Amino acid sequence: MNSYIVEAIVRKDLKVVFQNKGVSVPLIMAPVIMLALVPLMALAATSGEMSSADSAQFVKLFEMMPPGLLAALAGYDGVQKYALFLLVYGGAVLYTLLPLLVVTTVASDSFAGEKERKTLEALLYTPSTDWELLLGKLLSAWLPALGISWGGFVLYTVMANLAAWPVMGRVFFPTTMWVILAGWVAPAAAGLALGAMVLISSRARTFQSANQLAAVAVLPIFAMLGSSLFMVMCSGPWLMALLGLALWAIDAALVWLGRRSFRRTRLATQI
Amino acid sequence: MNSEVAFVTDGLTRHFGEVVAVDHLTLEVHAGEVFGFLGHNGAGKTTTVRMLNGVLEPTSGTARVLGLAPLEQGPALRRRTGVLTETPSLDERLTGRENLEIYAALYGVPRREIAARVMELMAVFQLDDRADEKAGDYSKGMKQRLALARALIHRPELLFLDEPTSGLDPVATRLVHDMIRHLSHEEERTVFLCTHNLDEAQDLCDRVAVLEHGKVVALGTPEELASKIGHGQRLEFQVARGDEETALRLLAAAPGVSAHRENGSLVAVGAEWVAIPGLVTSLASAGVHIYRVAPQEASLEDAYFALQQDKEEMS
Repeated sequence: MNSYIVEAIVRKDLKVVFQNKGVSVPLIMAPVIMLALVPLMALAATSGEMSSADSAQFVKLFEMMPPGLLAALAGYDGVQKYALFLLVYGGAVLYTLLPLLVVTTVASDSFAGEKERKTLEALLYTPSTDWELLLGKLLSAWLPALGISWGGFVLYTVMANLAAWPVMGRVFFPTTMWVILAGWVAPAAAGLALGAMVLISSRARTFQSANQLAAVAVLPIFAMLGSSLFMVMCSGPWLMALLGLALWAIDAALVWLGRRSFRRTRLATQI
Repeated sequence: MNSEVAFVTDGLTRHFGEVVAVDHLTLEVHAGEVFGFLGHNGAGKTTTVRMLNGVLEPTSGTARVLGLAPLEQGPALRRRTGVLTETPSLDERLTGRENLEIYAALYGVPRREIAARVMELMAVFQLDDRADEKAGDYSKGMKQRLALARALIHRPELLFLDEPTSGLDPVATRLVHDMIRHLSHEEERTVFLCTHNLDEAQDLCDRVAVLEHGKVVALGTPEELASKIGHGQRLEFQVARGDEETALRLLAAAPGVSAHRENGSLVAVGAEWVAIPGLVTSLASAGVHIYRVAPQEASLEDAYFALQQDKEEMS
């Protein structure tokens, strides 16, 4: 494999994609809005005195929570529990949406957008192998997802600690669970969404249609991840690591299948 | 031109469903020649270029390009070929310079050579003063020149040019023609020129093949085709405006002669030179005022239209 060619494909795609304001602006704004939202909610919820009605409702809610969560929150007072619940558990579900969002947006522009802009033909005539072409395209959508997810993680770490400072009085974030989530699970989740996107983009003719189809395809992935994530987080870091491993295994299978089936000769019939 | 073979095809065929885009193409192109591939839109020119570069799978038949099998050895082959696609296929969000830099890397040009090579080509194609503007802001001619520069960035031995002057103004067209001559004569590169511009083919090509519905219907030097298919000599008549219809009728009635209007003149194709006095006499007897009679060799254009006419007559 010629890594110089793969790097050139990635560089080309990233330059082209991020020149499009319709893509770059949402990609920069999304983590800011999504990841600042939860800490601000936590700040608002914990800054005032909790009414007796709210407090009763909160206690009732916690009675329904899995034992793992209750054990993790044991030793904290009511307001601290509430802050931790929102910031550590609630934020995690929202955080997994971020790499999926980035992957779908970038891959739509990179794969289907290339057809729409009629630039695919010139790329097919380059001396890249089919595998180098596919890998370059995959990396050019996956690397921004990784970068934005990790950037979002740093932003969230700062925001969460700032928002919870009045009630926690110390730096409590990131937790072990979040380190595994950001470092291990989120990149694998991005890979899973990318697999779906490759299938979609090879069939879509325009960036818009690929993006719309992606929303439909990625929604089940998000629903599956979001719903299982909460339970996994309540069960401990090992299960989180295992979830990541399962996702990576699926990613590897998708890449293997993609490598076997991706042919420039098939793409050439669509241009 | 030398005796080495740049590429050879044997019965190369490509179907798209029921449509036969290329039909048993058997062709040999020599290294260093400018080979014209003539045909109207949809004749199969682009499909042929794609198959010869290993980008499209043939339905049947074989090809060896620069001694390599296009499908099996595609990457090695494409490192040595350059393709100017029918549409410039540029990344319009990138600058002209970025377009060339990225494709230089994609074609494996060493990192340390890229900047110099890009600037050299930008200067050759007179784009250096606009190098850092977005390609999307370029005029059509500039885009075409940038696409041609991109096809040359890795100094290919064999160049495929698909309608290189389509939509260009005369100045840009001349620049491209000069570049093709330079590549062939000075640098001894092989040029496979797909075009439907017959003057361009006549002017630039050592040999031409005429493609019709995916089939080669004529092959030879432009002169050979013109004399064989263009029915030999042609005569250009300039007559008084009111006499044109009469003259056209009389010329067309002469044995073995076809006549048509062309650029304000009347052209009779197929007349032997010895027949000129007789034609002039018959026109003069009919009261046609003749201002000028100019004998000419038949052109590639005449050959092409003669082929079309033959086909219509057969059908």
